[in-house]
Amino acid sequence: MKPNSVSERLINGLIKENPTFVLMLGMCPTLAVTTSAINGLGMGLTTMVVLALSNMFISMLRKIIPDKVRIPAFIVIIASFVTVVELLLKAFIPFLYSALGLYIPLIVVNCIILGRAEAYASKNGVLSSLFDGVGMGLGFTCALTIIGAVRELIGAGELFGVMVMPESYVPCSIFVLAPGAFFVLAGLTAIQNKVKIAGEKKGKDMSKIQSGCNSDCMNCGESGCSRRMIDETAQSRKEEKSND
Amino acid sequence: MSDLMKVSSNPHIRSKVTTSNIMLAVVIALLPAAGFGIYNFGLDALILILVTVASTVLTEFLYEKGMHKKVTVGDFSAVVTGILLALNLPPKAPWWIGVIGGIFAILVVKMLFGGLGQNFMNPALGARCFLLISYTSIMCNFECDAYTGPTSLASLKAGESVNILDMVIGKTGGTIGETSMIAIVIGACLLILLGVIDLKIPGSYILTFVVFVILFGGHGFDPAYISAQLAGGGLMLGAFFMATDYVTRPVTKKGQYLYGVVLGLLTGIFRIFGPSAEGVSYAIILGNLLVPLIEKITMPKAFGKGGERA
Repeated sequence: MKPNSVSERLINGLIKENPTFVLMLGMCPTLAVTTSAINGLGMGLTTMVVLALSNMFISMLRKIIPDKVRIPAFIVIIASFVTVVELLLKAFIPFLYSALGLYIPLIVVNCIILGRAEAYASKNGVLSSLFDGVGMGLGFTCALTIIGAVRELIGAGELFGVMVMPESYVPCSIFVLAPGAFFVLAGLTAIQNKVKIAGEKKGKDMSKIQSGCNSDCMNCGESGCSRRMIDETAQSRKEEKSND
Repeated sequence: MSDLMKVSSNPHIRSKVTTSNIMLAVVIALLPAAGFGIYNFGLDALILILVTVASTVLTEFLYEKGMHKKVTVGDFSAVVTGILLALNLPPKAPWWIGVIGGIFAILVVKMLFGGLGQNFMNPALGARCFLLISYTSIMCNFECDAYTGPTSLASLKAGESVNILDMVIGKTGGTIGETSMIAIVIGACLLILLGVIDLKIPGSYILTFVVFVILFGGHGFDPAYISAQLAGGGLMLGAFFMATDYVTRPVTKKGQYLYGVVLGLLTGIFRIFGPSAEGVSYAIILGNLLVPLIEKITMPKAFGKGGERA
């Protein structure tokens, strides 16, 4: 698959660098709002819209924004989109707005969004940045919906508000409370790692669902890798210092 | 050369005390409380105890088999966890409560943190609190054939009069193993005589609690009220069998006294100022979490270290 193509970006966000299960980013909304599948889905989609639009705009403006004030500039762009989405939700989907509550304005400080702006959108073209945002957003949505579904199923016996468990099932209400979020997230991450390790033992190429790559960052052609971003920032800081 | 000369590496003197010895002693010491629970609440209690123990032991066995680890079921620690958990359940709880509690206690609280000796929290109490939060209506329903109405501690909190003699003997409603102060103290005496536990933690725990009740209980120094607070609820079971758990108590002497004081204060606060009548299990769990800090501030200094320089 060609790097930075539309489909490569989508799969990267959904599986290879899934923001929740692989990168472990954006834990606050992940743990707090996933009390039901519908809340997880709503939060995921809201974040996806903000992520895609802010990625696109930051990519468009990347040559204008001065490097030294880029973080405040990114925050202004992200916050504008969050406000737009918040007002739209309030007007058209009020039940979701009241369910998500405070966590909608908090999307501004969601580290996935700022992370993608910094790592990807500020260095890449408009189209691939847009689809990087959509891919990451889809990965986040999937993860949140799955966590929400598991918690709702065990904690209330329902799925998307429909009773699916038999009448005699007694819901285990700790799963819709805060501790349940940690149980489910840890359990799902463990299952994902188990699948990965089992696949590697059989000799399959599991690079599609791994975190990081264990290869030399300096000689790697991939520009959207989150690990590489950290290396590059450290590198550029060093250069700045030696220039001073 | 005599035949008696043997060359071997140290240790040369071995103690006969092993984990399974200690755990077996705890199992025996728990039998009076469990026996009284069965006498008091009938066959349901026996079935619940057996199901819970089977669940803890089986979970430990299956986990260790599945993870290709050494199977440590033989050290009886899972049996102790199972009995303690069952003694903390209401007699009319359905059997699957015991199964879920047993799995949670062993799998999540004990095994995922590395097995016996590594768990930061008492597995039986961890599971009790898990069940209490998850199935509040079942776990707080103490109605059974023999007794109806609230537990004595709840009546005490509501300001009603209670029969203290019944509470000491244990002829009252409550969880399976907590009702009889006498049966628990018999078991505890056995453990103290065998040297498995000592009075540092239970003593400071109960003493602090008594002082707290006198100061803040609203009844002043009223022997009837104090003895009702002592005999009611899980205080005795908690102080002698769960606060003294080797894994989750501090190792330093000073730390153990401090730990007892902390537990006494927390229990007093929960019982007198909290919305619920009982607070022993949450107090001990919170105490468990404080153990690393308690050990840090009570660590004895090596000779010659610290102190002022001349």
